[in-house]
Amino acid sequence: MAVDEGLKIELGKQGVFVTTIEELYNWGRRSSIWPMQFGLACCAIEMIATTMARYDLARFGAEVFRPSPRQADLMIISGTVTKKMAPQVVRLYNQMAEPRYVIAMGACAISGGPFKQGYNVLKGIDRYIPVDVHIPGCPPRPEALLQAFMTLQKKIDGQPLTGPDRPRFLDAEAQGEFPVPVQGEHDLEPTSNPGVWTVPVVIR
Amino acid sequence: MEEIKAAIEAAVPGAGVEIVVNPSVSGQHSLRLRPGDSVSGAVAVAKFLRDDPELALDFLSNVTGVDWPDKEIAEKVKVTRTVTKTVEGVEQAVEETVEETRKRVEPGCLEAVYHLFSVAKGHGPVVLRIKTENRTDQVELPSLTPVWRSAEFQEREIFDLYGIVFTGHPDLRRLLMWEGFKDHPMRRDYVEPDDFEYEPTAHDEVLKRAMAHQAKQKAAETVAGAADAGAGAEGTGVGA
Repeated sequence: MAVDEGLKIELGKQGVFVTTIEELYNWGRRSSIWPMQFGLACCAIEMIATTMARYDLARFGAEVFRPSPRQADLMIISGTVTKKMAPQVVRLYNQMAEPRYVIAMGACAISGGPFKQGYNVLKGIDRYIPVDVHIPGCPPRPEALLQAFMTLQKKIDGQPLTGPDRPRFLDAEAQGEFPVPVQGEHDLEPTSNPGVWTVPVVIR
Repeated sequence: MEEIKAAIEAAVPGAGVEIVVNPSVSGQHSLRLRPGDSVSGAVAVAKFLRDDPELALDFLSNVTGVDWPDKEIAEKVKVTRTVTKTVEGVEQAVEETVEETRKRVEPGCLEAVYHLFSVAKGHGPVVLRIKTENRTDQVELPSLTPVWRSAEFQEREIFDLYGIVFTGHPDLRRLLMWEGFKDHPMRRDYVEPDDFEYEPTAHDEVLKRAMAHQAKQKAAETVAGAADAGAGAEGTGVGA
């Protein structure tokens, strides 16, 4: 149950702190997103720059890059996902513990970018795993990555703990593992996960 | 170039070397070893180029592949033949010269190109090209990795993308694509996977491919629809 904002402020002035479990829980989660230490291409350089003193990702509680997927909450797909790498990316995502989030950073990660028509680059990682925030850019500036972090925090803040809209990790029925594509004789098999991605309608 | 050719021929007897002239401004001519050259022959030539005190081509900067597809050449040939004609009421056999266009197909081949420099002498590049016999079954070339170590990964890349098999290579595996991948993407006849299902900003070639993909999808759906309608009592004619 949400607390009335005005009442909350009034009570705060009187020295009474009122909150809900949901608010507290989401505040805790969004303030300590630990990304995975995982870079794929040149976007990773911008990601590194974002963590350094000038842009200071530590302000968002996300300065702890974990080298193991088991300890990470967030996967930043920073760069080109080749078809050779895609199964490993999906496998790493499967190994992350819930709740987990994905930021697709840069043109290549969201769509294949300049390599879209090539034979060896995946046309967007969202074909295999659910992506929470897409950032365009080639590469996106550190500010764009910070914006993505803020968007993700907003998303986490808005996640209810109960009810039909609750996120996947609170839903015992929800599918937690995503099928890893197989490297076939000519292409990845299957070419996308229909549970995650369907062909959007193109209006010409 | 002529000198190098003469030197090679003097040092390695039986080495079939020809000069490929580059008519462009750069004038960067190259040496080509004839197809069917034995393994030891090409390696011997390479060893000579590296070890000769005059040439001392000790640095291999670049190895790449070239795919020459089958080429159809049309040429005009004058043909003389006997034609029966009626001239002034009398039948005569007259010889006539006709120009004919004949087409012949020049078989394609694959080629590995080596760019050699000399660090010791400060000269180069010398371009060395080796041809395969054809582009289907006899695609073996001698590996020059034993001569220049820097050829190792680049020969692996050529093996991956062009499908030239380098005999004598210490570790010939695919470099960029995965094990189990069957195609050679840099060949001219490579068919890309048809994954043009979502092209939001298509234009030119991509638009054509996307349209083709859409048409194919629609045709497949129609066939499926027709099968469904056939299974039912009466087809409404929508699927047809």
